[in-house]
Amino acid sequence: MKIRSFAAMLATAVALPLGAASAADLEVTHWWTSGGEAAAVAELAKAFDATGNHWVDGAIAGSGGTARPIMISRITGGDPMGATQFNHGRQAEELVQAGLMRDLTDVATREKWKEIIKPASLLDSCTIDGKIYCAPVNIHSWQWLWLSNAAFKTAGVDVPKNWDEFVAAAPALEKAGIVPLAVGGQPWQAAGAFDVLMVAIAGKDTFQKVFGDKDEEVAAGPEIAKVFKAADDARRMSKGTNVQDWNQATNMVITGKAGGQIMGDWAQGEFALAGQKAGTDYTCLPGLGVNEIISTGGDAFYFPLLKDEEKSKAQEALASTLLDPKTQVAFNLKKGSLPVRGDVDLAAANDCMKKGLDILAKGNVIQGTDQLLSADSQKQKEDLFSEFFANSSITPEDAQKRFADIIANAE
Amino acid sequence: MAGYTQGSGRPNQWLRNLNAKIASVPMILTAVVIFLGGTIWTVVYSFTNSKLLPRLSFVGLDQYERLWDAPRWLVSVQNLAIYGIFSLIFSLVIGFVLAALMDQKIRFENTFRTIMLYPFALSFIVTGLVWQWLLNPEFGIQSVVRSAGWESFTFDPLYNADIVIYGILIAALWQGTGLVMCLMLAGLRGIDEDIWKAARVDGIPMWKTYIFVVIPMMRGVFITTLVIIASGIVKVYDLVVAQTSGGPGIASEVPAKYVYDYMFQAQNLGQGFAASTMMLITVAIIIVPWAYLEFGGGRKHV
Amino acid sequence: MSDIVAFNSVADEAAPQAQADRVIAGPRGRKPRRALSGRNIMIYGTLIVVALYYLLPLYVMVMTSLKGMPEIRLGNIFAPPVEITFEPWAKAWASACTGLNCDGLSRGFWNSVRITVPSTIVSIAIASVNGYALANWRFKGAELFFTILIVGAFIPYQVMIYPIVIVLREMGIYGTLTGLIIVHTIFGMPILTLLFRNYFAGLPEELFKAARVDGAGFWTIYFRIMLPMSLPIFVVAMILQVTGIWNDFLFGVVFTRPEYYPMTVQLNNIVNSVQGVKEYNVNMAATILTGAVPLFVYFVSGRLFVRGIAAGAVKG
Repeated sequence: MKIRSFAAMLATAVALPLGAASAADLEVTHWWTSGGEAAAVAELAKAFDATGNHWVDGAIAGSGGTARPIMISRITGGDPMGATQFNHGRQAEELVQAGLMRDLTDVATREKWKEIIKPASLLDSCTIDGKIYCAPVNIHSWQWLWLSNAAFKTAGVDVPKNWDEFVAAAPALEKAGIVPLAVGGQPWQAAGAFDVLMVAIAGKDTFQKVFGDKDEEVAAGPEIAKVFKAADDARRMSKGTNVQDWNQATNMVITGKAGGQIMGDWAQGEFALAGQKAGTDYTCLPGLGVNEIISTGGDAFYFPLLKDEEKSKAQEALASTLLDPKTQVAFNLKKGSLPVRGDVDLAAANDCMKKGLDILAKGNVIQGTDQLLSADSQKQKEDLFSEFFANSSITPEDAQKRFADIIANAE
Repeated sequence: MAGYTQGSGRPNQWLRNLNAKIASVPMILTAVVIFLGGTIWTVVYSFTNSKLLPRLSFVGLDQYERLWDAPRWLVSVQNLAIYGIFSLIFSLVIGFVLAALMDQKIRFENTFRTIMLYPFALSFIVTGLVWQWLLNPEFGIQSVVRSAGWESFTFDPLYNADIVIYGILIAALWQGTGLVMCLMLAGLRGIDEDIWKAARVDGIPMWKTYIFVVIPMMRGVFITTLVIIASGIVKVYDLVVAQTSGGPGIASEVPAKYVYDYMFQAQNLGQGFAASTMMLITVAIIIVPWAYLEFGGGRKHV
Repeated sequence: MSDIVAFNSVADEAAPQAQADRVIAGPRGRKPRRALSGRNIMIYGTLIVVALYYLLPLYVMVMTSLKGMPEIRLGNIFAPPVEITFEPWAKAWASACTGLNCDGLSRGFWNSVRITVPSTIVSIAIASVNGYALANWRFKGAELFFTILIVGAFIPYQVMIYPIVIVLREMGIYGTLTGLIIVHTIFGMPILTLLFRNYFAGLPEELFKAARVDGAGFWTIYFRIMLPMSLPIFVVAMILQVTGIWNDFLFGVVFTRPEYYPMTVQLNNIVNSVQGVKEYNVNMAATILTGAVPLFVYFVSGRLFVRGIAAGAVKG
């Protein structure tokens, strides 16, 4: 009896890995921990589990700054996870060059990623030396101005239709005790707001020249001086924000304590969570209502090179699951981002998301600064703008000089 | 383990040294491989342009030039100096005064001591969070005082770039002075009773006895305390992150945070290592001569 | 200069014994006095004010953790809850989410225990032997290593991450519990060794000499004579290590894999997650729950703590 049950146990122990030849536990690390984000990840996990594999969740909160050193240490320490989130762009470049990441070209060719992924720049960001190393999952755009309809009603002015009207309405808002523009204390918020202003005021070409070509002269020139003037307005309007996190700033817009916020489309999730409706409760102005252009940054999954064959197979399964039309729809609706493939149906999208989809379809897109600049230049920019927004003694001219220096030294 | 009896009868000089050396292997390895090795490694790579991964592509002093041109680094250094000086002075003074009070044969000594020491059990993340909240102008002390009738009361150190570093100091002192008090109390308890008797007989006032007799006698405690406080000051990071994330703007940045941010967020290891090398040099200039005198060269029997 | 020498050779003096006795006996007065003198009022008055300053944050934390979110938004942070709710505590412990895992702090609690217990034991065992060797069995060069060790206490941890990742990788123990224990041992070593060295140097040397005459060796003296006399300093070391390791976040996540993630990882996730609104009550409950173990250790061993510090820190 004992022997038999032992044998049975042994059999199952041996049979399990054999029977499920293509199934494995795959640990996936990411920094999506807020309510909406976690719900979106759950969609990915569900879809992946349906392939017979198992998603082992390795979430680390505190945004990329906390999570990335852990991910990088794990990969370079020789104990990598099965897959990991990074932002599109250049964050994983060196890991790839060090031969630590897995080449996904096979999967990509088999599933025709080159044809389905729109805009193509997303896949370009994943491509190093002609090989594809990551699977993009969504598009996030930065260029949005979110306005609280209630705040403008209180102040007795119409809801602005573009940035200039917004600046003009600021005194009325202030008189009503409302902070015109909410800018949270996290450095990336100030830097991001500046980039958005640049696209809106100086236009797509200037943006490309500054961040794409790293043209120092343009960065020091009159076009950008205008942007700094606008940033100066924004700085004045943001006085009294007194919150750190971006979503707390969004919350000020939701509750009518602030007139507006320049923030990426992920802010939408917060409005949705608060039960607000686009158009009636809040207004969204892509490109600040000036230049309807959106950037196409976002998130992508990278796959460290693993020795275990089972897990390598599971990685392939995950990569193709991430780009599956059904997963794309389910994930992006929850995340508030746009799908990376143009052939999926997003009927459930709300007004603002539809505006974004339209702009995307028209091809009015630019690359995100994460794709154009190195993390190092991004950080320097963050330092500059977080200081600029908090300290009114820095003149726009001085700030522009420092900005041009950063661009001159950018790679 | 405790029942282990040693066979060797007469340990000779060599054997005695051998045993102590074997026992010290972990310490030697830690000191040499990790601390010394890690330091050298860091210094070497600070002369490279390593980005995400360490690479030996030397660029001379570029990283250092950039470092000392960066406004944020300058602010960080200045903040550390202010924070360090005040934290050192206040920790020592408050810790000592509290210890002196506790040493007056008071009742409920245990209770008081526990109350003062408990914050030390909480991590900096937690400390930062609590104080961020207490100092929040909308919820915290300011709003309470205002709602009590004093409308113009303003106390928002975390949102005022000029005084934000003091807001962090308040939290740091709350967390750390209890331990200093305990160290000082322990030191006071170590002072010979006769000193006090003699001072009384001579009619020396109490405060004078403390300053001119007792404190000089507590040299050892002060040194241990200094090591503990100073190493905490240099490394201050979590508290700033939890309380202000370096803000408003860059007003409360500190060097350790610069190091960490540039190593991992900016993925510019070279820059981070250059900053940490500067920190190490500063520490070394202050600590090494003292440590050597204290623990090394001045020994009578080696 | 001469007094440095004097202080460094305290091992020759027997005075510490008397001192230790007095520490055990507790406080003593300077002079007789009446119960309700102006002096007493000043002393107790000051101490009570100070105690209130220390207690205020704890009070606010506890009160907040017992309130519902609507009440928090309206009210005064110092006011006691109108309606007491334990929901934030339940949520923090059992249902707060970290990514897809919604089982709160409970998930990491046992991991924290699994990390803290062996790390504390190993780091103390090693540091105590180091301190003993430094105090009683000095050998050439020992002070040099010790100096390096003390300077090491000033290196920001973050800088050492990469070198340690490399060392652990080469040793083949990256990502294991063993690796993490080693890391905690390394970073606890400077302060602990300093404390143990000072403590052992403060013990009467006669004991040591007598044992040597009887033919006892390095380990015999350590286990038979030094250990039994060292309870207070072990308590101090234990408190410092339990606090430090339990509260550690960085090493816990960088040097292990998710199945070993300590409780602080969930705390970080709960506190730093960008939810719709910050749930201050859950944050505070999570904070108190995470701090509970070190706090408990303090309350239980507070008395021994001062005694141990007295013995370990006094001598430089």
